[in-house]
Amino acid sequence: MSKGAPRRNWLKAAGVALTGLWLAGCRGKSPGKIADEILMRAETLNFRVQRIGLRRDALAREFSLDDISQDFRSNGSIDPPDADYRAHLAKGFADWRLVIDGLVERPMSLTLADLRAQPARTQITRHDCVEGWSSIGQWTGARLGPLLDKAGLKQEARFVVFHCADSLDGTTDGSGRYYESIDLVDAFHPQTILAYDMGGAPLPVRHGAPIRLRVERQLGYKHAKYVHRIEAVADLAHIGRGKGGFWEDRANYEWYAGI
Amino acid sequence: MPATTTPDRILVYRHSLLTRLTHWINALALLVLLMSGLQIFNAHAALYWGQKSTFARPWLAMTAELKEGRPIGVTSLGGRKLETTGLFGYSGKEGAREARGFPAWATLPGRRALATGRHLHLFFAWVFVLNGLTYLSGAILGGHLRRDLWPTRDQLRPGHLWREIVDHARLRFHKGEAARRYNILQKGAYLGVILVLLPLMLLTGLTMSPGANAFAPWLVDLFAGRQSARSLHFIAATLIVVFVVVHLAMVVLSGLWNNIRSMITGRYAIEVEAGEAT
Repeated sequence: MSKGAPRRNWLKAAGVALTGLWLAGCRGKSPGKIADEILMRAETLNFRVQRIGLRRDALAREFSLDDISQDFRSNGSIDPPDADYRAHLAKGFADWRLVIDGLVERPMSLTLADLRAQPARTQITRHDCVEGWSSIGQWTGARLGPLLDKAGLKQEARFVVFHCADSLDGTTDGSGRYYESIDLVDAFHPQTILAYDMGGAPLPVRHGAPIRLRVERQLGYKHAKYVHRIEAVADLAHIGRGKGGFWEDRANYEWYAGI
Repeated sequence: MPATTTPDRILVYRHSLLTRLTHWINALALLVLLMSGLQIFNAHAALYWGQKSTFARPWLAMTAELKEGRPIGVTSLGGRKLETTGLFGYSGKEGAREARGFPAWATLPGRRALATGRHLHLFFAWVFVLNGLTYLSGAILGGHLRRDLWPTRDQLRPGHLWREIVDHARLRFHKGEAARRYNILQKGAYLGVILVLLPLMLLTGLTMSPGANAFAPWLVDLFAGRQSARSLHFIAATLIVVFVVVHLAMVVLSGLWNNIRSMITGRYAIEVEAGEAT
Protein backbone atom coordinates (compact mmCIF):
# COMPACT_ATOMS: atom_id res chain seq x y z
CA MET A 1 0.00 0.00 0.00
CA SER A 2 2.32 2.72 -1.20
CA LYS A 3 -0.58 5.17 -1.44
CA GLY A 4 -2.24 4.31 1.87
CA ALA A 5 0.69 4.88 4.21
CA PRO A 6 1.46 8.54 3.43
CA ARG A 7 -2.24 9.28 3.56
CA ARG A 8 -2.48 7.78 7.03
CA ASN A 9 0.57 9.73 8.19
CA TRP A 10 -0.94 12.89 6.84
CA LEU A 11 -4.22 12.22 8.64
CA LYS A 12 -2.36 11.48 11.86
CA ALA A 13 -0.37 14.71 11.63
CA ALA A 14 -3.51 16.72 10.95
CA GLY A 15 -5.23 15.06 13.91
CA VAL A 16 -2.38 15.88 16.28
CA ALA A 17 -2.23 19.46 15.05
CA LEU A 18 -5.99 19.95 15.46
CA THR A 19 -5.99 18.45 18.94
CA GLY A 20 -3.12 20.76 19.93
CA LEU A 21 -4.92 23.83 18.64
CA TRP A 22 -8.06 22.70 20.39
CA LEU A 23 -6.37 22.27 23.77
CA ALA A 24 -4.46 25.54 23.43
CA GLY A 25 -7.57 27.48 22.59
CA CYS A 26 -9.91 25.99 25.11
CA ARG A 27 -7.96 25.59 28.35
CA GLY A 28 -9.88 26.55 31.45
CA LYS A 29 -13.34 26.66 29.90
CA SER A 30 -16.25 24.34 30.59
CA PRO A 31 -17.04 21.81 27.85
CA GLY A 32 -20.50 23.32 27.34
CA LYS A 33 -19.04 26.75 26.77
CA ILE A 34 -16.41 25.42 24.39
CA ALA A 35 -19.04 23.51 22.42
CA ASP A 36 -21.20 26.59 22.12
CA GLU A 37 -18.27 28.74 21.03
CA ILE A 38 -17.52 26.26 18.27
CA LEU A 39 -21.15 26.20 17.21
CA MET A 40 -21.29 30.00 17.26
CA ARG A 41 -18.57 30.10 14.60
CA ALA A 42 -21.30 29.17 12.16
CA GLU A 43 -22.95 32.52 13.02
CA THR A 44 -19.78 34.38 12.05
CA LEU A 45 -19.62 32.31 8.88
CA ASN A 46 -23.25 33.03 8.01
CA PHE A 47 -22.70 36.74 8.69
CA ARG A 48 -19.60 36.90 6.47
CA VAL A 49 -21.16 34.88 3.66
CA GLN A 50 -24.30 37.00 3.68
CA ARG A 51 -22.27 40.21 3.83
CA ILE A 52 -20.15 39.05 0.89
CA GLY A 53 -23.02 37.58 -1.12
CA LEU A 54 -25.54 40.30 -0.38
CA ARG A 55 -25.31 43.62 -2.18
CA ARG A 56 -25.28 46.31 0.49
CA ASP A 57 -28.56 47.71 -0.76
CA ALA A 58 -30.21 44.46 -1.94
CA LEU A 59 -33.83 44.91 -0.95
CA ALA A 60 -36.01 42.59 1.05
CA ARG A 61 -39.08 41.42 -0.86
CA GLU A 62 -41.93 43.95 -0.86
CA PHE A 63 -45.53 42.86 -1.15
CA SER A 64 -48.84 44.32 -2.30
CA LEU A 65 -51.68 45.68 -0.18
CA ASP A 66 -53.61 42.44 -0.73
CA ASP A 67 -50.86 40.45 0.97
CA ILE A 68 -51.07 42.29 4.31
CA SER A 69 -51.77 40.02 7.29
CA GLN A 70 -55.01 40.72 9.12
CA ASP A 71 -53.67 38.69 12.05
CA PHE A 72 -50.18 40.26 12.40
CA ARG A 73 -48.81 38.69 15.55
CA SER A 74 -46.97 40.63 18.25
CA ASN A 75 -44.26 39.16 20.45
CA GLY A 76 -42.04 40.26 23.33
CA SER A 77 -43.45 43.35 25.10
CA ILE A 78 -46.96 44.03 23.95
CA ASP A 79 -47.98 46.44 26.71
CA PRO A 80 -44.92 47.82 28.57
CA PRO A 81 -45.46 48.17 32.33
CA ASP A 82 -42.78 50.88 32.80
CA ALA A 83 -44.18 53.95 34.57
CA ASP A 84 -42.52 56.52 32.30
CA TYR A 85 -43.82 54.71 29.24
CA ARG A 86 -47.35 54.64 30.70
CA ALA A 87 -47.11 58.40 31.31
CA HIS A 88 -46.08 59.05 27.69
CA LEU A 89 -48.83 56.75 26.43
CA ALA A 90 -51.42 58.63 28.51
CA LYS A 91 -50.37 61.90 26.86
CA GLY A 92 -50.39 60.45 23.36
CA PHE A 93 -46.58 60.63 23.20
CA ALA A 94 -46.77 64.45 22.96
CA ASP A 95 -43.52 64.77 24.97
CA TRP A 96 -41.80 61.70 23.48
CA ARG A 97 -38.28 62.45 22.28
CA LEU A 98 -36.06 60.37 20.09
CA VAL A 99 -32.47 61.08 21.06
CA ILE A 100 -29.60 60.37 18.69
CA ASP A 101 -26.26 60.54 20.48
CA GLY A 102 -23.05 58.64 21.22
CA LEU A 103 -20.33 58.91 18.59
CA VAL A 104 -22.02 61.67 16.56
CA GLU A 105 -20.91 65.23 15.78
CA ARG A 106 -24.33 66.78 16.39
CA PRO A 107 -26.51 64.96 18.96
CA MET A 108 -30.21 65.31 18.16
CA SER A 109 -33.47 65.24 20.06
CA LEU A 110 -36.53 64.83 17.87
CA THR A 111 -40.24 65.09 18.62
CA LEU A 112 -42.58 62.77 16.73
CA ALA A 113 -43.51 65.75 14.52
CA ASP A 114 -39.80 66.30 13.78
CA LEU A 115 -39.42 62.65 12.90
CA ARG A 116 -42.44 62.72 10.56
CA ALA A 117 -40.81 65.64 8.71
CA GLN A 118 -37.73 63.55 7.86
CA PRO A 119 -37.14 61.68 4.57
CA ALA A 120 -39.55 58.75 4.82
CA ARG A 121 -40.27 55.43 3.20
CA THR A 122 -43.34 53.20 3.07
CA GLN A 123 -42.88 49.48 2.55
CA ILE A 124 -44.96 46.32 2.75
CA THR A 125 -42.65 43.65 4.07
CA ARG A 126 -42.65 40.25 5.70
CA HIS A 127 -41.82 40.00 9.39
CA ASP A 128 -40.09 36.70 10.19
CA CYS A 129 -40.07 35.66 13.82
CA VAL A 130 -37.20 33.50 15.04
CA GLU A 131 -39.92 31.08 16.18
CA GLY A 132 -40.79 30.37 12.58
CA TRP A 133 -43.95 32.31 11.75
CA SER A 134 -44.28 35.21 9.29
CA SER A 135 -46.70 38.12 9.04
CA ILE A 136 -46.85 40.80 6.36
CA GLY A 137 -47.36 44.45 7.28
CA GLN A 138 -47.13 47.95 5.86
CA TRP A 139 -44.70 50.29 7.56
CA THR A 140 -44.03 54.01 7.16
CA GLY A 141 -41.12 55.66 8.87
CA ALA A 142 -38.09 57.92 8.73
CA ARG A 143 -35.10 56.41 6.97
CA LEU A 144 -32.32 55.85 9.46
CA GLY A 145 -29.45 56.58 7.03
CA PRO A 146 -30.25 60.25 6.33
CA LEU A 147 -30.91 60.79 10.06
CA LEU A 148 -27.47 59.44 10.96
CA ASP A 149 -25.97 61.62 8.22
CA LYS A 150 -27.63 64.66 9.80
CA ALA A 151 -26.24 63.76 13.20
CA GLY A 152 -22.84 63.11 11.58
CA LEU A 153 -21.32 59.78 12.60
CA LYS A 154 -17.81 60.04 13.97
CA GLN A 155 -15.03 58.02 12.35
CA GLU A 156 -14.94 55.44 15.14
CA ALA A 157 -18.66 54.60 15.00
CA ARG A 158 -19.27 51.00 13.92
CA PHE A 159 -22.64 50.07 15.38
CA VAL A 160 -25.97 51.71 16.13
CA VAL A 161 -27.69 50.75 19.40
CA PHE A 162 -31.45 51.10 19.87
CA HIS A 163 -32.50 51.74 23.46
CA CYS A 164 -36.11 50.89 24.21
CA ALA A 165 -38.62 52.01 26.82
CA ASP A 166 -39.92 48.55 27.71
CA SER A 167 -38.64 46.26 30.45
CA LEU A 168 -39.12 42.73 29.26
CA ASP A 169 -37.59 40.68 32.07
CA GLY A 170 -39.54 41.98 35.02
CA THR A 171 -36.92 44.23 36.60
CA THR A 172 -37.91 47.88 36.93
CA ASP A 173 -34.50 49.43 37.63
CA GLY A 174 -33.87 49.85 33.92
CA SER A 175 -31.51 46.86 33.69
CA GLY A 176 -34.19 44.78 32.01
CA ARG A 177 -34.91 47.26 29.24
CA TYR A 178 -34.98 45.90 25.72
CA TYR A 179 -32.24 46.98 23.36
CA GLU A 180 -30.84 45.93 20.03
CA SER A 181 -27.98 46.86 17.72
CA ILE A 182 -27.06 46.65 14.05
CA ASP A 183 -23.96 47.46 12.03
CA LEU A 184 -23.64 50.40 9.65
CA VAL A 185 -24.38 48.33 6.53
CA ASP A 186 -27.86 47.62 7.86
CA ALA A 187 -28.20 51.09 9.41
CA PHE A 188 -27.76 52.77 6.01
CA HIS A 189 -29.83 50.19 4.10
CA PRO A 190 -32.66 51.97 2.23
CA GLN A 191 -35.35 49.83 3.91
CA THR A 192 -34.06 50.44 7.43
CA ILE A 193 -36.60 52.85 8.88
CA LEU A 194 -37.89 54.10 12.21
CA ALA A 195 -41.52 53.18 11.66
CA TYR A 196 -44.22 55.40 13.19
CA ASP A 197 -47.12 54.15 11.06
CA MET A 198 -48.38 50.64 10.49
CA GLY A 199 -51.01 50.05 7.83
CA GLY A 200 -51.37 53.82 7.40
CA ALA A 201 -52.28 54.47 11.06
CA PRO A 202 -50.08 55.36 14.03
CA LEU A 203 -48.20 52.32 15.31
CA PRO A 204 -50.29 50.38 17.89
CA VAL A 205 -48.80 49.88 21.37
CA ARG A 206 -48.35 46.14 20.90
CA HIS A 207 -46.25 46.78 17.80
CA GLY A 208 -43.99 49.35 19.50
CA ALA A 209 -45.70 52.76 19.66
CA PRO A 210 -44.56 55.36 19.02
CA ILE A 211 -41.47 54.13 17.11
CA ARG A 212 -40.09 50.76 16.10
CA LEU A 213 -37.09 49.80 14.03
CA ARG A 214 -37.54 47.94 10.76
CA VAL A 215 -34.41 46.13 9.62
CA GLU A 216 -35.94 44.00 6.93
CA ARG A 217 -33.17 41.51 6.16
CA GLN A 218 -33.08 40.16 9.71
CA LEU A 219 -35.36 38.24 12.06
CA GLY A 220 -38.05 39.84 14.21
CA TYR A 221 -36.17 40.24 17.49
CA LYS A 222 -33.81 42.73 15.80
CA HIS A 223 -36.78 45.05 15.08
CA ALA A 224 -36.63 46.94 18.38
CA LYS A 225 -39.93 48.45 19.59
CA TYR A 226 -40.59 51.54 21.78
CA VAL A 227 -37.29 53.12 20.63
CA HIS A 228 -36.39 56.32 22.47
CA ARG A 229 -32.65 56.59 22.00
CA ILE A 230 -30.24 55.72 19.21
CA GLU A 231 -26.62 55.56 20.25
CA ALA A 232 -23.67 55.30 17.86
CA VAL A 233 -20.85 53.20 19.36
CA ALA A 234 -17.46 51.80 18.39
CA ASP A 235 -18.14 48.39 19.95
CA LEU A 236 -20.90 46.60 21.83
CA ALA A 237 -18.91 45.34 24.83
CA HIS A 238 -20.09 48.11 27.17
CA ILE A 239 -23.77 48.01 26.22
CA GLY A 240 -26.05 45.83 28.32
CA ARG A 241 -24.18 42.58 29.01
CA GLY A 242 -22.05 43.01 25.93
CA LYS A 243 -23.62 40.82 23.27
CA GLY A 244 -25.48 43.53 21.41
CA GLY A 245 -29.08 42.85 22.38
CA PHE A 246 -31.59 41.82 25.02
CA TRP A 247 -32.03 38.24 23.74
CA GLU A 248 -28.40 37.98 22.68
CA ASP A 249 -27.44 38.72 26.31
CA ARG A 250 -30.00 36.49 27.96
CA ALA A 251 -30.72 33.57 25.66
CA ASN A 252 -27.60 33.57 23.48
CA TYR A 253 -29.55 34.41 20.32
CA GLU A 254 -27.40 35.24 17.30
CA TRP A 255 -26.48 38.91 17.03
CA TYR A 256 -26.62 38.59 13.27
CA ALA A 257 -30.12 37.34 12.57
CA GLY A 258 -30.08 37.13 8.78
CA ILE A 259 -30.77 33.41 8.84
CA MET B 1 -27.74 -22.00 -9.21
CA PRO B 2 -27.03 -25.74 -9.62
CA ALA B 3 -27.27 -27.59 -6.32
CA THR B 4 -24.10 -29.50 -6.94
CA THR B 5 -21.77 -26.52 -6.55
CA THR B 6 -21.31 -24.74 -3.26
CA PRO B 7 -21.04 -21.00 -3.51
CA ASP B 8 -17.82 -19.23 -2.62
CA ARG B 9 -17.81 -15.94 -0.80
CA ILE B 10 -15.62 -13.30 -2.29
CA LEU B 11 -15.11 -9.76 -1.12
CA VAL B 12 -15.60 -7.09 -3.72
CA TYR B 13 -14.52 -3.50 -3.22
CA ARG B 14 -17.85 -1.73 -3.12
CA HIS B 15 -17.48 1.69 -1.43
CA SER B 16 -14.67 4.16 -2.03
CA LEU B 17 -13.06 5.97 0.89
CA LEU B 18 -14.88 9.16 -0.17
CA THR B 19 -18.26 7.41 -0.11
CA ARG B 20 -17.61 5.82 3.29
CA LEU B 21 -16.29 8.98 4.92
CA THR B 22 -19.02 11.27 3.58
CA HIS B 23 -21.69 8.65 4.37
CA TRP B 24 -20.91 8.65 8.09
CA ILE B 25 -20.41 12.41 8.33
CA ASN B 26 -23.72 12.83 6.55
CA ALA B 27 -25.44 10.37 8.90
CA LEU B 28 -24.22 12.34 11.93
CA ALA B 29 -25.10 15.72 10.39
CA LEU B 30 -28.60 14.57 9.39
CA LEU B 31 -29.30 13.18 12.86
CA VAL B 32 -28.30 16.46 14.55
CA LEU B 33 -30.12 18.50 11.90
CA LEU B 34 -33.29 16.46 12.37
CA MET B 35 -33.35 16.68 16.16
CA SER B 36 -32.31 20.34 16.36
CA GLY B 37 -34.81 21.00 13.56
CA LEU B 38 -37.59 19.57 15.69
CA GLN B 39 -36.42 21.83 18.56
CA ILE B 40 -36.79 24.83 16.21
CA PHE B 41 -40.15 23.55 14.94
CA ASN B 42 -41.37 23.34 18.55
CA ALA B 43 -40.91 27.11 18.94
CA HIS B 44 -43.97 27.44 16.69
CA ALA B 45 -45.48 24.02 16.17
CA ALA B 46 -47.65 24.92 13.20
CA LEU B 47 -47.20 24.91 9.42
CA TYR B 48 -48.80 27.03 6.70
CA TRP B 49 -48.82 27.46 2.93
CA GLY B 50 -47.94 30.72 1.19
CA GLN B 51 -45.95 33.81 2.07
CA LYS B 52 -47.32 34.35 5.57
CA SER B 53 -48.74 32.50 8.54
CA THR B 54 -52.52 32.18 8.59
CA PHE B 55 -52.63 31.59 12.31
CA ALA B 56 -56.24 30.41 12.48
CA ARG B 57 -55.75 27.91 9.64
CA PRO B 58 -52.48 25.95 9.85
CA TRP B 59 -52.46 22.76 7.76
CA LEU B 60 -50.54 21.05 10.55
CA ALA B 61 -50.43 22.04 14.21
CA MET B 62 -49.51 20.44 17.51
CA THR B 63 -51.10 22.06 20.53
CA ALA B 64 -52.09 21.41 24.11
CA GLU B 65 -55.78 21.75 24.88
CA LEU B 66 -57.98 21.27 27.91
CA LYS B 67 -60.35 18.32 27.92
CA GLU B 68 -62.57 17.99 30.97
CA GLY B 69 -60.12 20.16 32.89
CA ARG B 70 -57.08 18.06 31.98
CA PRO B 71 -54.49 19.06 29.37
CA ILE B 72 -54.21 16.82 26.35
CA GLY B 73 -52.00 16.89 23.25
CA VAL B 74 -53.82 17.57 20.01
CA THR B 75 -52.49 17.24 16.47
CA SER B 76 -54.57 18.83 13.74
CA LEU B 77 -53.89 17.84 10.18
CA GLY B 78 -55.86 19.50 7.41
CA GLY B 79 -58.66 20.42 9.81
CA ARG B 80 -58.92 16.93 11.33
CA LYS B 81 -58.07 16.67 15.03
CA LEU B 82 -56.31 13.75 16.66
CA GLU B 83 -55.56 13.23 20.33
CA THR B 84 -51.81 12.61 20.60
CA THR B 85 -51.10 13.07 24.31
CA GLY B 86 -47.64 11.81 25.25
CA LEU B 87 -46.35 12.17 21.69
CA PHE B 88 -47.35 15.40 19.95
CA GLY B 89 -48.62 18.60 21.59
CA TYR B 90 -48.35 17.53 25.22
CA SER B 91 -45.70 15.16 26.54
CA GLY B 92 -43.05 14.49 29.17
CA LYS B 93 -42.47 12.34 32.23
CA GLU B 94 -45.40 11.80 34.57
CA GLY B 95 -45.75 14.87 36.77
CA ALA B 96 -43.58 17.00 34.49
CA ARG B 97 -45.67 16.99 31.34
CA GLU B 98 -45.63 20.13 29.27
CA ALA B 99 -47.03 21.67 26.13
CA ARG B 100 -44.58 21.01 23.32
CA GLY B 101 -44.80 19.95 19.67
CA PHE B 102 -42.40 17.02 19.52
CA PRO B 103 -41.45 15.16 22.73
CA ALA B 104 -38.13 15.74 24.53
CA TRP B 105 -36.52 12.51 23.28
CA ALA B 106 -36.88 13.70 19.69
CA THR B 107 -35.37 17.15 20.11
CA LEU B 108 -31.87 18.50 20.65
CA PRO B 109 -31.42 19.77 23.28
CA GLY B 110 -34.19 17.86 25.04
CA ARG B 111 -35.30 20.85 27.06
CA ARG B 112 -36.85 23.85 25.38
CA ALA B 113 -33.86 25.83 24.02
CA LEU B 114 -34.48 27.56 20.72
CA ALA B 115 -31.15 29.42 20.62
CA THR B 116 -29.04 26.28 21.19
CA GLY B 117 -31.20 24.39 18.71
CA ARG B 118 -30.51 27.08 16.11
CA HIS B 119 -26.77 27.07 16.83
CA LEU B 120 -26.64 23.30 16.36
CA HIS B 121 -28.81 23.45 13.26
CA LEU B 122 -26.90 26.23 11.51
CA PHE B 123 -23.51 24.70 12.39
CA PHE B 124 -24.39 21.22 11.16
CA ALA B 125 -26.04 22.74 8.11
CA TRP B 126 -22.53 23.83 7.07
CA VAL B 127 -21.15 20.35 7.85
CA PHE B 128 -23.97 18.84 5.76
CA VAL B 129 -23.46 21.22 2.82
CA LEU B 130 -19.65 21.01 2.66
CA ASN B 131 -19.75 17.24 3.11
CA GLY B 132 -22.48 16.90 0.49
CA LEU B 133 -20.57 19.03 -2.02
CA THR B 134 -17.44 16.96 -1.42
CA TYR B 135 -19.36 13.74 -2.07
CA LEU B 136 -21.21 15.06 -5.11
CA SER B 137 -18.17 16.52 -6.84
CA GLY B 138 -16.26 13.29 -6.16
CA ALA B 139 -19.18 11.16 -7.33
CA ILE B 140 -19.61 13.13 -10.54
CA LEU B 141 -15.93 13.59 -11.43
CA GLY B 142 -14.93 10.09 -10.33
CA GLY B 143 -17.75 8.44 -12.28
CA HIS B 144 -19.46 6.89 -9.22
CA LEU B 145 -22.74 8.58 -10.04
CA ARG B 146 -22.79 7.47 -13.68
CA ARG B 147 -21.23 4.04 -13.15
CA ASP B 148 -22.85 2.82 -9.93
CA LEU B 149 -25.98 4.87 -9.35
CA TRP B 150 -27.42 5.70 -12.74
CA PRO B 151 -30.01 3.11 -13.86
CA THR B 152 -29.09 1.10 -16.92
CA ARG B 153 -31.52 0.60 -19.78
CA ASP B 154 -32.23 -3.04 -18.89
CA GLN B 155 -33.01 -2.11 -15.28
CA LEU B 156 -35.69 0.31 -16.41
CA ARG B 157 -37.74 -2.24 -18.37
CA PRO B 158 -41.22 -2.55 -16.79
CA GLY B 159 -40.86 -6.32 -16.48
CA HIS B 160 -37.59 -6.01 -14.62
CA LEU B 161 -38.93 -3.25 -12.40
CA TRP B 162 -41.93 -5.36 -11.48
CA ARG B 163 -39.80 -8.38 -10.63
CA GLU B 164 -37.57 -6.26 -8.38
CA ILE B 165 -40.61 -4.95 -6.53
CA VAL B 166 -41.99 -8.48 -6.07
CA ASP B 167 -38.58 -9.81 -4.96
CA HIS B 168 -38.16 -6.99 -2.45
CA ALA B 169 -41.66 -7.56 -1.11
CA ARG B 170 -40.67 -11.19 -0.49
CA LEU B 171 -37.39 -10.02 1.01
CA ARG B 172 -35.42 -11.91 -1.64
CA PHE B 173 -32.26 -10.00 -2.39
CA HIS B 174 -29.61 -10.40 -5.04
CA LYS B 175 -26.88 -12.77 -3.96
CA GLY B 176 -24.56 -13.72 -6.79
CA GLU B 177 -23.13 -11.74 -9.67
CA ALA B 178 -26.22 -9.54 -9.69
CA ALA B 179 -25.25 -8.27 -6.22
CA ARG B 180 -22.16 -6.65 -7.67
CA ARG B 181 -24.28 -3.68 -8.69
CA TYR B 182 -27.13 -1.79 -7.05
CA ASN B 183 -30.58 -2.95 -8.01
CA ILE B 184 -33.00 -0.49 -9.56
CA LEU B 185 -34.97 0.17 -6.36
CA GLN B 186 -31.74 0.97 -4.51
CA LYS B 187 -30.63 3.26 -7.31
CA GLY B 188 -33.96 5.03 -7.36
CA ALA B 189 -33.97 5.55 -3.60
CA TYR B 190 -30.36 6.74 -3.44
CA LEU B 191 -30.70 9.09 -6.41
CA GLY B 192 -33.96 10.47 -5.05
CA VAL B 193 -32.32 11.28 -1.74
CA ILE B 194 -29.01 12.54 -3.16
CA LEU B 195 -30.35 14.59 -6.05
CA VAL B 196 -33.84 15.60 -4.88
CA LEU B 197 -34.51 15.43 -1.14
CA LEU B 198 -31.17 16.62 0.25
CA PRO B 199 -30.83 19.57 -2.18
CA LEU B 200 -34.48 20.39 -1.43
CA MET B 201 -33.64 20.53 2.29
CA LEU B 202 -30.86 23.03 1.62
CA LEU B 203 -32.92 25.23 -0.70
CA THR B 204 -36.05 25.31 1.45
CA GLY B 205 -33.84 25.99 4.47
CA LEU B 206 -32.19 28.93 2.75
CA THR B 207 -35.61 30.24 1.71
CA MET B 208 -36.47 30.73 5.37
CA SER B 209 -33.52 33.10 5.81
CA PRO B 210 -34.54 36.77 5.39
CA GLY B 211 -30.97 37.59 4.36
CA ALA B 212 -30.90 34.87 1.71
CA ASN B 213 -34.29 36.14 0.47
CA ALA B 214 -32.79 39.54 -0.35
CA PHE B 215 -29.82 37.77 -1.95
CA ALA B 216 -31.87 35.31 -4.02
CA PRO B 217 -35.52 36.42 -4.29
CA TRP B 218 -36.13 33.65 -6.87
CA LEU B 219 -35.95 31.15 -4.01
CA VAL B 220 -39.09 32.62 -2.46
CA ASP B 221 -40.86 32.39 -5.82
CA LEU B 222 -39.64 28.84 -6.43
CA PHE B 223 -41.34 27.59 -3.27
CA ALA B 224 -44.25 30.09 -3.39
CA GLY B 225 -43.44 31.79 -0.10
CA ARG B 226 -41.46 31.45 3.10
CA GLN B 227 -44.17 29.57 4.97
CA SER B 228 -44.51 27.13 2.05
CA ALA B 229 -40.75 26.64 2.19
CA ARG B 230 -41.00 25.89 5.91
CA SER B 231 -43.73 23.31 5.21
CA LEU B 232 -41.72 21.72 2.37
CA HIS B 233 -38.64 21.65 4.63
CA PHE B 234 -40.70 19.68 7.15
CA ILE B 235 -42.17 17.33 4.52
CA ALA B 236 -38.79 16.65 2.89
CA ALA B 237 -37.32 15.94 6.34
CA THR B 238 -40.17 13.49 6.99
CA LEU B 239 -39.44 11.73 3.68
CA ILE B 240 -35.76 11.48 4.62
CA VAL B 241 -36.77 9.88 7.92
CA VAL B 242 -38.90 7.40 5.96
CA PHE B 243 -35.93 6.69 3.69
CA VAL B 244 -33.63 6.12 6.68
CA VAL B 245 -36.12 3.74 8.31
CA VAL B 246 -36.41 1.67 5.12
CA HIS B 247 -32.65 1.94 4.54
CA LEU B 248 -31.90 0.60 8.02
CA ALA B 249 -34.48 -2.16 7.65
CA MET B 250 -32.87 -3.21 4.36
CA VAL B 251 -29.42 -3.12 5.94
CA VAL B 252 -30.60 -5.54 8.60
CA LEU B 253 -32.62 -7.81 6.29
CA SER B 254 -30.04 -8.11 3.52
CA GLY B 255 -27.09 -8.92 5.79
CA LEU B 256 -26.31 -6.62 8.70
CA TRP B 257 -22.58 -7.29 9.13
CA ASN B 258 -21.83 -7.50 5.44
CA ASN B 259 -23.45 -4.13 4.89
CA ILE B 260 -21.85 -2.46 7.89
CA ARG B 261 -18.41 -3.82 6.99
CA SER B 262 -18.77 -2.57 3.44
CA MET B 263 -19.52 0.95 4.66
CA ILE B 264 -16.48 0.85 7.01
CA THR B 265 -13.78 -1.07 5.12
CA GLY B 266 -15.32 -0.86 1.67
CA ARG B 267 -15.41 -4.66 1.20
CA TYR B 268 -18.73 -6.35 0.43
CA ALA B 269 -19.14 -10.11 0.29
CA ILE B 270 -20.99 -11.72 -2.56
CA GLU B 271 -21.53 -15.39 -3.32
CA VAL B 272 -20.30 -16.75 -6.60
CA GLU B 273 -20.26 -20.29 -7.96
CA ALA B 274 -17.21 -22.29 -7.02
CA GLY B 275 -14.31 -21.84 -9.37
CA GLU B 276 -15.67 -18.58 -10.69
CA ALA B 277 -13.92 -16.52 -8.05
CA THR B 278 -10.59 -15.17 -9.17
